[in-house]
Amino acid sequence: MPTRTSLERKKMGKLKKEIFTIEANRELAPSSWLLTLSGDTSAIAGSGQFVQIALPGKYLRRPISVCDREGGKLTLLYKVVGAGTDQLSKMKTGECLEILTGLGNGFDVSASGMNVLLVGGGMGVAPLYLLAKELLSAGRKVQVVLGFNKDSEICLEEEFRALGVAVTISTADGSRGVKGFVTDAIHTLSEPYDYFYTCGPMVMMKAVCALCPTEGQASLEERMGCGFGICYGCTVATVEGPRRVCADGPVFTKAQLGWGAPQEGGKA
Amino acid sequence: MKPANDLSVRLGTLSLKNPVIPASGTFGFGLEMQDEYDLNLLGGISLKGSTLEPRFGNPTPRIAECREGLINSVGLQNPGIDALVGEKVPALRKVYDGCIIANISGFSVDEYVACCAKADGCEGIDILEINISCPNVHGGGMAFGTDPRLAATITREVKKVTSKPVYIKLSPNVTDIVAMARACEEAGADGLTLINTLLGMRIDIARRRPVVANKVGGFSGPAIFPLALRMVYQVAHACSVPVMGCGGVASAEDVIEMLMAGASAVQVGAENLRNPYACRDIIEALPAVMERLHIEDLNHLKIE
Repeated sequence: MPTRTSLERKKMGKLKKEIFTIEANRELAPSSWLLTLSGDTSAIAGSGQFVQIALPGKYLRRPISVCDREGGKLTLLYKVVGAGTDQLSKMKTGECLEILTGLGNGFDVSASGMNVLLVGGGMGVAPLYLLAKELLSAGRKVQVVLGFNKDSEICLEEEFRALGVAVTISTADGSRGVKGFVTDAIHTLSEPYDYFYTCGPMVMMKAVCALCPTEGQASLEERMGCGFGICYGCTVATVEGPRRVCADGPVFTKAQLGWGAPQEGGKA
Repeated sequence: MKPANDLSVRLGTLSLKNPVIPASGTFGFGLEMQDEYDLNLLGGISLKGSTLEPRFGNPTPRIAECREGLINSVGLQNPGIDALVGEKVPALRKVYDGCIIANISGFSVDEYVACCAKADGCEGIDILEINISCPNVHGGGMAFGTDPRLAATITREVKKVTSKPVYIKLSPNVTDIVAMARACEEAGADGLTLINTLLGMRIDIARRRPVVANKVGGFSGPAIFPLALRMVYQVAHACSVPVMGCGGVASAEDVIEMLMAGASAVQVGAENLRNPYACRDIIEALPAVMERLHIEDLNHLKIE
């Protein structure tokens, strides 16, 4: 498997600014909401990309990663963390949202080997759902580790199981699955993997990159201005220099981020 | 009599196809947007601020939402003047035939001069816009923009090393904008751009800490439009050099209002961050607004 240092943007064409209609907006777990929309999803090239939602009365858009896309149906998982997402959670079926689509490079499915490990933490599980579907249709064997603070916060477990992938849960308080962090759950895996994809809090993704000996990809989160690469508000330091999370990412390889374990040397 | 739908304006010695210019820092180096729409619709493009050496900029978070605007503390992230004149401008020039404005920042007079000397040798650049007003960097930037003597010194020294038109971009974070403008004009500035962002702040009340890592940043967006318009009006009526009006412009009507305040061209900033098509939409809306207001020519709209 050749080591890729950077990921090409999965770009199908231009960005699209479209009106979407809310099909459903329901609370899956405390503060965690699943939003289903219908509209023109043609600019969305694949998993790991995100959309920017305009909310009435809010100046900047809210970036949310694509959880699923099927035909003209778009599914987003989001957490209420501030006034914008709180406003979004109060929106009802039939209401409309103006959304920018086609943002970000997305995961590179072709980079993985046959046995793939997906590691998600909290809302970071969202983009891994569409990724799992893409990997399965590409003939890969997929196992998933999902980490949450506690049992009541678990999201998408059943949806992942319904895809037929092996799911291991970790909770920080031990109320379900492996007690501890996703890294503790990774230690319990018996099936081998030759590539990983991760999304979640930065500290978790760094720990996953350091623990997993294989190459992999991480999807980063950063507070954004534009979301399409012109304002340089969401810059991250990489071994290749400063990169924009929104336009050069949000997905970066472990090698790009320099997040391998120190003892690995140049292996990563 | 100009033909119908002629949006062209005079900006000093230059002619722009229309007055609409994305402001520095809100349109990257132009190339980022070339797949999204035809850049040649734009009257000009003010490129991301450049410094002598490459800069990473400030730590993140760099952006904070505000009512009718945002705070940024990007801190002049840029690949340096050599990359600007050697790569960015030549690449943009290949696809864009309008006015290319290089925005220059520095931390000392020598640095501004060195940057401008390099930019002077770059064929694709039409205007040098000297940013003496960035609120996001320490030990320079805005300090030059709040002291008329320093602003005059920069203007004078920069003019010595370039034959390109030099526009000084002014900070609103002063008590007397006219004094700043006059100092630059008297020192030989060919024009002025105003305003840059206002120094602002937001606090995350749940976490009890500033939203942006730099604590403070530049506030921009529609909320600052009346303030920007007032400053453009004052300066345009006190100075004789052309003014590029900037600050909170979000519509074709705002563009007309800026031109009536005395601007010769109008920069659109924050709006590009919420709507990637903002400048295109404004340009496309201008003819109908002109017709409604019985305006045939975007020059000479300045009111008393």
